[in-house]
Amino acid sequence: MALSKSDNAVLQARNISKAFGGIKALDDVSLEICAGKVNAIVGENGAGKSTLMRIFSGVYAEYEGQIVLDGRTVAFANPAEAQDSGIAIIHQELNLIPHLSVAENVFLGREYVSRMGLIDYRSMHNETTRILKRLDLDIDPRVAVSGLRVGQQQVVEIAHALSLDACIVIMDEPTSAISDHEIEILFGLIRSLTAQGVAVVYITHKLDELFQIADTVTVLRDGRLIGSGPVEEVTHDNIVRMMVGRDVKDFFVKVDVAAAQVIFAVSDICLVDPARGADYVVDHVSFEVKAGEVLGLFGLMGAGRTELLETIFGLHPNRSSGDMFLDGRQIEIDSPIDAISSGVGFVTEDRKAEGLILEMSVAANISLASLEQTERFELLSSRLENRLAQDYVKRLGIKTPSVKQIVENLSGGNQQKVVIAKWLATNPRVLLLDEPTRGIDINAKNEIYKLVSELAGAGLAIVMVSSELPEIMAICDRVIVLSEGRQTAEFTSSQATQELIMKAAIPQGQAV
Amino acid sequence: MNYIGQRMLKLSDHKSLLVKFQSLLALLLMVAIFSFCAEGFFSTDNFWLVLTQVSVNMCLSVGMTLVILTGGIDLSVGSVLALSGAVMAGLLKNGLELPAFNLFIGLTALGAIFTGLLVGSFLGFFNGLMIALLRIPPFVATLAMMTIARGLTQLWTGGAAITGLGDVLRYVGTERFAGVPVLVWTCAAIVAIAMIVLRKTRFGRYIYAVGGNERAARLSGLNVKRIKLRVYTIAGALSAVGGLIVTSKLDSATPIAGDGYELDSIAAVVIGGTSLSGGRGSVLGTVLGVLIIGVLNSGLIILSVPPFWQKVIKGCVILLAVAMDKLNTKEQ
Repeated sequence: MALSKSDNAVLQARNISKAFGGIKALDDVSLEICAGKVNAIVGENGAGKSTLMRIFSGVYAEYEGQIVLDGRTVAFANPAEAQDSGIAIIHQELNLIPHLSVAENVFLGREYVSRMGLIDYRSMHNETTRILKRLDLDIDPRVAVSGLRVGQQQVVEIAHALSLDACIVIMDEPTSAISDHEIEILFGLIRSLTAQGVAVVYITHKLDELFQIADTVTVLRDGRLIGSGPVEEVTHDNIVRMMVGRDVKDFFVKVDVAAAQVIFAVSDICLVDPARGADYVVDHVSFEVKAGEVLGLFGLMGAGRTELLETIFGLHPNRSSGDMFLDGRQIEIDSPIDAISSGVGFVTEDRKAEGLILEMSVAANISLASLEQTERFELLSSRLENRLAQDYVKRLGIKTPSVKQIVENLSGGNQQKVVIAKWLATNPRVLLLDEPTRGIDINAKNEIYKLVSELAGAGLAIVMVSSELPEIMAICDRVIVLSEGRQTAEFTSSQATQELIMKAAIPQGQAV
Repeated sequence: MNYIGQRMLKLSDHKSLLVKFQSLLALLLMVAIFSFCAEGFFSTDNFWLVLTQVSVNMCLSVGMTLVILTGGIDLSVGSVLALSGAVMAGLLKNGLELPAFNLFIGLTALGAIFTGLLVGSFLGFFNGLMIALLRIPPFVATLAMMTIARGLTQLWTGGAAITGLGDVLRYVGTERFAGVPVLVWTCAAIVAIAMIVLRKTRFGRYIYAVGGNERAARLSGLNVKRIKLRVYTIAGALSAVGGLIVTSKLDSATPIAGDGYELDSIAAVVIGGTSLSGGRGSVLGTVLGVLIIGVLNSGLIILSVPPFWQKVIKGCVILLAVAMDKLNTKEQ
């Protein structure tokens, strides 16, 4: 597709190249960002999207090529300069300071100061409340960000960008961690931003979103520009082909496995809210999972999905109650140690904070939860460990130059597979998965889906939390819907429709 | 991707090799410089002298390495050293009198040493309890212990040195076994065991895991509390070994022994490339760090650099070492 100078291009990238240690992350990329439009940029992980955004936002000061902002060539030495020129970026990995309050985060570095030289908290809180209202998020600007869930934290990041009055807002996969309801709000917000003439740069893996929200789409692959144009002129398949350079099956469709006997059951699981003793975060939830079955848990933000899994895994022994059964026998799980020895594994939502030891090797991460099997005469055998790791690298198709590679250097999808491998190495009977495909690209997602089905096929009982309805629909045999900690509906895959699930997920009698 | 990945691995390999050898190169460079300009530095006598002088810091720093690898810190090592040493010396010299029970217990040298080691281990264990169970930040818990143990030492010794401790301690402190000072043998054994534990046992791996990502470690079924308890206990025990060394070298235990040693030991660990945030580092690096400080001390003394300047120079070396480390990690 040809590239022409549009009238309303607010930012132009001309022949941008950037290399890291001899490897080209970006190779002669030229594109335009138009005011009042949603400019989507798609590509697999490693395609160069994030690198390009880091150049736009001043993180990388050294690159080849030119950036033209409002007709003037600019070279940002640091993110602050980019911000001052009106470019705000919302990173995929949230950039908040956990112990500061929502308002302090929104106004970080630009605090309102009274004449006395003190921070004017009152105005900051008022302003933050106003912005959060625009975002339809009803939280106290005084609470610490660490107390919020990922989805809410993201909204705080968006509020931060809004408070900058930016003319270009870059959003790096803003919907990877938030619920459908919040996505709707976000889209409404993006539309109002563009109506005011703001240029939105929207990076995503989710192609459905393109057709809902984007005006133009640019496809990057391996650091090169593959194509660019109005979204009306492309089709879904078209983009997928450009992204991966080959045809892929769109969504993996699960093979139905004959569900056998119940392996794992929980009854009346409760978790008390630490702040308000009388309230339940998880309120009398009961379910059972059969061998070979994938049970989906769906719910909006704050529905208690993650908390339910955490409770089952023994992370809140003092605040929880309820019974658990494995193979019909009651089991006590008061700690992750108990959970693992009972045969329960837990792939957490946040793989970097909770799943991996980032500076350790692939092999060390895979063996971590079952290190005793790599011992010989009380000493670790690197031969046994490498063999174990290689086995899973092969089985799960983990792309890594070697099992000694530091896990931090792998792509998101491969990191996720390492986490899954760690749990498989403990020989679990039950695998709890919390948003297993968050922030990974479409190919890797399909591989994870396939893997989940294969694991179920091998007799594992799987409980999967997801906030992506199509994903739930595609691979779960049964879906339980949670709303405000309570179980509000249960569907088999044949009964379930997106509407039914969503209806059950929205809290009754109030707006979310 | 695969190809790119491999090339990246190679690049980072070279880099980490350079980083790994950075402290070794620094050490060799310092030895070369001092050999050239400090007369008497490059001699067998001075070689053994430096090695025996660093033996205390070596013990403390090995323990400190374990602690720092878990993401903690131990400020109490110097005081624990003093108390353990004083307990050994006091028991050996005066035995244990319990007037309440009208009891007097005399101890052999080995009994006294063992009790001293027990005291050090217990203080470390107590640190661990405070940190792992009560979640008191390591800095605060061990700062308190630093004061407590120093106070106890002064109480135990009555503020005066305990001297004249007999043959066994003299043997440990000054004799040689197979041509190598007993102190050096002791340190070598401790270093070797620590290296094996860190690299080849589950406990060692778990130490790295806890320091690398405590939450992930806990979620992977690691008993984080027990790991921390053990690490601080070991640090306490090694401080007591340090106490044994100091006491036996001087043939006396003083209430001010080991004052400020925690700083030298933290410095050695940091110079050795162990990250203060935990999860990254090695005993080998610490050994080099200890030697760098030891060689620097020795060289500066031989050159008769005034003691105050020695401190300034030592501080600068620490800054330089950490700055190099930061620059290297930043480039990656």
